[in-house]
Amino acid sequence: MTTARIDARFAALKAEGRAGFVAYVMAGDPTGEQALEILRGLPSAGADIIELGFPFSDPMAEGPPIQRAALRGLKAGLTLKGTLALARAFREDDADTPLILMGYLNPIETHGYEAFARDAAAAGVDGVIVVDCPPEEAGPLSDALDAAQVSLIRLATPTSDDARLKIIAERTSGFVYYVSVAGVTGVKEAQAGSVAPAVERVRRASGLPVAVGFGVKTPERAAEIARIADAVVAGSVLVDEVAAALAANEPAAERVLAKVKSLADAVRGARVMETV
Amino acid sequence: MNAILPNRYAMPDAEGRFGPYGGRFVAETLMPLIHELDAAYEAAKADPAFQAELDGFLTDYVGRPSPLYLAERLTQHHEAANIWFKRDELNHTGAHKINNCMGQILLAMRMGKTRIIAETGAGQHGVATATVCARFGLQCVVYMGATDVERQSPNVFRMKLLGAEVVPVTSGRGTLKDAMNEAMRDWVTNVEDTYYLIGTAAGPHPYPAMVRDFQSVIGRETRASMLARREKLPDAVVAAIGGGSNAIGLFHPFIEDAGVRLIGVEAAGRGLDGPDHAASLQGGRPGVLHGNRTYLLQDDDGQILEGHSISAGLDYPGIGPEHAWLKDMGRAEYRAATDAEALEAFQLCSKLEGIIPALEPSHALARIGEVAKEVGKGGDVVLNMCGRGDKDIFAVAKHLGVEL
Repeated sequence: MTTARIDARFAALKAEGRAGFVAYVMAGDPTGEQALEILRGLPSAGADIIELGFPFSDPMAEGPPIQRAALRGLKAGLTLKGTLALARAFREDDADTPLILMGYLNPIETHGYEAFARDAAAAGVDGVIVVDCPPEEAGPLSDALDAAQVSLIRLATPTSDDARLKIIAERTSGFVYYVSVAGVTGVKEAQAGSVAPAVERVRRASGLPVAVGFGVKTPERAAEIARIADAVVAGSVLVDEVAAALAANEPAAERVLAKVKSLADAVRGARVMETV
Repeated sequence: MNAILPNRYAMPDAEGRFGPYGGRFVAETLMPLIHELDAAYEAAKADPAFQAELDGFLTDYVGRPSPLYLAERLTQHHEAANIWFKRDELNHTGAHKINNCMGQILLAMRMGKTRIIAETGAGQHGVATATVCARFGLQCVVYMGATDVERQSPNVFRMKLLGAEVVPVTSGRGTLKDAMNEAMRDWVTNVEDTYYLIGTAAGPHPYPAMVRDFQSVIGRETRASMLARREKLPDAVVAAIGGGSNAIGLFHPFIEDAGVRLIGVEAAGRGLDGPDHAASLQGGRPGVLHGNRTYLLQDDDGQILEGHSISAGLDYPGIGPEHAWLKDMGRAEYRAATDAEALEAFQLCSKLEGIIPALEPSHALARIGEVAKEVGKGGDVVLNMCGRGDKDIFAVAKHLGVEL
């Protein structure tokens, strides 16, 4: 069963007494081949969980870095089908790292919910995050994903009160993604002080591990979040490394993986340092 | 004489759905705001004081009711049914957009919001938003595609005169779709003080229903005027469609009158057989964008296409969800007019009626002759003149090869 991979990873992290590091990269960024090279290098660079974005023409909740990454992915011709192929290729070499697809609903609508759920499961995808599909609209998609045993990972935000958290927690599994700031990806940084109680509320409402993302740009910041959350997500800062590599005419994988390593090391060291 | 029957048509449902269309497809951060807006709008709608306040401003500030005018020379030209213009271009700010802006700004103030954001294509909604913000002393930020900023420069200047900040949007092709993306990004970032004043009957629930309700003043007045003048209802009502707010405002009070044909005219751009048009109903298929499920111009992977129209106000790859529903139900008919046909109708109307129409209603004007012929002599067709053409004279001159 595919959801088991996420649960096993969080159980292992708990046993190690540390938070996980979640790396977000965009399918096809900057090309299909280089994206696969990046994906394959992520686990050894320290990514405990991978979020693979599938490009959409109108990414309404993204800041400029991920907007640009989506455009690069589209330019490279990466469709949702191409993203699923990329996931399948990754899964051939890696049986353990949870892989989450993240994007917007319209490509999934076009693919068809049942076909998408089936194809995602067959590709070794463990979960899906759909930014513009709140619980009110998610019923049919949840049905299809449940049948294929793929998790629908939900988002909680600073605007989610306790009543809302209850709605969010229904029919979700794996973990909850806490969007730590009201805003788009890669712009604002939340106050760690406000994140800690929010993570606790989300944990209580959902009974699931909580990954925190949005605005994690530096190892220091990653470490700070790692002390309060079950996992730390970084995305914009990674896709910006692709942009920098392109500007410098360098291969992208090396730069992205170096950045992943610096952030993942900070996450791994965070709680150890605290106890020392 | 026909009595004005109460409208039993009751869409959308509580979830904001028109059959399979509509809904609330937004980021989780915005969901509590959408629910808050829904509750605030329902409360305002039921509050006679709110309605009275709105009616007062519509009368004294907007200049309603607008006349229903018999376009005699255009009628003679087509030698068919009587052609009437609903003169919404005579509203303050020159288009129908202010009907909705006045309603929403009063609601925003009721909700205690102090900062207003809006998207605009042709700039008419931006101007109307900037106008009501100036009138009530609220901060105003308007997102406008960089391409549109260039082709609608008079309206950009107007917005700035009115004290609004105009933010050119360079993502995508720099048109209305991209402006809407950027406005949503602003909203998700400024959740405390900001009210998103959407200009068309699209977006997440309750916007499609709310904008329709505020624009329905067009159809209610048309109905009352026609009954007073002709002691009957019109045989057909015709309006241009981009997102569809002026059309749904005209159609809605007639939905239960089976004898009244509802006809929307989409922008066929350079032709429906190619990719350069903005006719989502006739050239698209259902999908999810900007908070609602509706007909969209999109490719095989579900990526949204850019579309094209000479009219910046119609240049949008989606359409309000209620039009999607009315199309599927067969209650409304949808046709299209090309850039060239709209330009021709623009000139014809100017010469025959002394009314320079905006490029948006010029699309409806391009189809009015054939509708009048289908209805036949003695019948009555009403066209919503939803905007005046002052803003378009530079663009039209350029297309006609005239240097100003």
